[in-house]
Amino acid sequence: MKPLAPISSSARITLGIAFFVLFVAAWSYATFGGFVSKTFLANPLTMLNDGWDLLTKQGFLTDIGMTIWRVIGGFVLAAVFAVPIGILMGAYKPVEAFLEPFVSFARYLPASAFIPLLILWAGIGELQKLLVIFIGSVFQLILMVAVTVGSVRRDLVEASLTLGARDAGVLKRVLVPAAAPGIAEILRLVLGWAWTYVIVAELIGSSSGIGHMIIDSQALLATGQIIFGIIVIGVIGLISDYAFKALNRALFPWSIL
Amino acid sequence: MSKLVIENVSRVFPAVRGGAPTRALEPTSLSVADNDFVTILGPSGCGKSTLLRMIAGLDTPTTGTLMLDGKPITGPGADRGMVFQSYTLFPWLTVSENISFGLRERGMAPRECAAIAGAWLEKVGLTSFANHFPKQLSGGMQQRTAIARALANDPKILLLDEPFGALDNQTRGLMQELLLGIWERERKTVIFVTHDIEEAAFLASRVVVMTARPGRIKADIAVDLPHPRLYTLKTSPEFAVLKARLTEEIRAEAVLAAEAH
Repeated sequence: MKPLAPISSSARITLGIAFFVLFVAAWSYATFGGFVSKTFLANPLTMLNDGWDLLTKQGFLTDIGMTIWRVIGGFVLAAVFAVPIGILMGAYKPVEAFLEPFVSFARYLPASAFIPLLILWAGIGELQKLLVIFIGSVFQLILMVAVTVGSVRRDLVEASLTLGARDAGVLKRVLVPAAAPGIAEILRLVLGWAWTYVIVAELIGSSSGIGHMIIDSQALLATGQIIFGIIVIGVIGLISDYAFKALNRALFPWSIL
Repeated sequence: MSKLVIENVSRVFPAVRGGAPTRALEPTSLSVADNDFVTILGPSGCGKSTLLRMIAGLDTPTTGTLMLDGKPITGPGADRGMVFQSYTLFPWLTVSENISFGLRERGMAPRECAAIAGAWLEKVGLTSFANHFPKQLSGGMQQRTAIARALANDPKILLLDEPFGALDNQTRGLMQELLLGIWERERKTVIFVTHDIEEAAFLASRVVVMTARPGRIKADIAVDLPHPRLYTLKTSPEFAVLKARLTEEIRAEAVLAAEAH
């Protein structure tokens, strides 16, 4: 293998699938071979069987729908606040000096630790779930967007100034378009984190969602259902990740030249 | 009539971590007449780029004043177009959109912008690349676009900071002829910073030689070679004489600069 040498796209896909095959093979070996007790880890076939049962008899599709809506709702809410604030922080140093210390502090507050407090404030309804995701994502987003905007090439800004751009023009026509692909990439990354927050939010005080199903299954020792739930999250994450990547490529063709 | 008047302009960069402040430019005075093509020639670190950036308004002088058409320069503006050494086209805009950036900023209608951009694309020979992104162009093409972008804005004065420094020798020669051709037609006031003696002599109607750091003006030499100038001029005897003279002026400074670094 040569460092950094490119590979063909067929080789890339084959290798990518090969690891999944290897993973399932190891899992099958451990479970079918009797090395792990059924009580603790279901085998792949039981998992598929339980999954089918969940989907057809227990209305798991509704749970999946609920979880997706919470992730998207909380994440969009966070992005609506974070992207403009982050852009202003990156562009204007006084705004940065004002907000950066607090945001850096708030970033380390664990979203899951807010759950009991949020239940007190917002009950156990949908708002509480959205707020957990919001708190978990918004500060990370603000800081990352601010860094991206702040690190736009200085010479591009100077070039725009010598072309007669004023403050608002520099922001609108240089800083934002230059940072846009980076911001889109940040959104893709943080959306992944939002998925971990939603499950935690659903584990406590919830009556629907993938996380709720998982905590119910634990009481029944239904490890097949738990694993199916986890895999569903992974698959949704993978799909949304690819969709996001494709969207970014379509929106910013210049950035991948 | 003098277009640009620089009076006792100096620049001292503040000390970093307890070191001594850097005197980039000693108090310097210079007048540039309308439609003149001035090259500023000096070894690296002689403050020539600093001087150009202060004319552009991207840097502020420690002492002294700069006046353009009788008005003091306080910040960057569309009346002073600039071409940088690094490639500074906006990567998210096409070549044509890059050229009309300044016009759009002024609020000109898209149709008019496209017409002006089209005319400039033709002048720099990039008509068939109008809808390419900058990353799809060679270095020489990018700098031609940058020149067109600065001139499409119709500035009073065009500032160039070693614009061909990163190009290979052949491309650089072609770019010099292209720039000179544009100047001969449009008669803009041009200030061109370079460390290349041949380039400075070939382009200029006046060469200003600067000393090694701290920079100051050492010689101010008029170039009376006739226009239009072709590349063949570079091998003529009178060009050789001029080059020899500039070489003498700059050599002592290069030696000093080499010792200082």
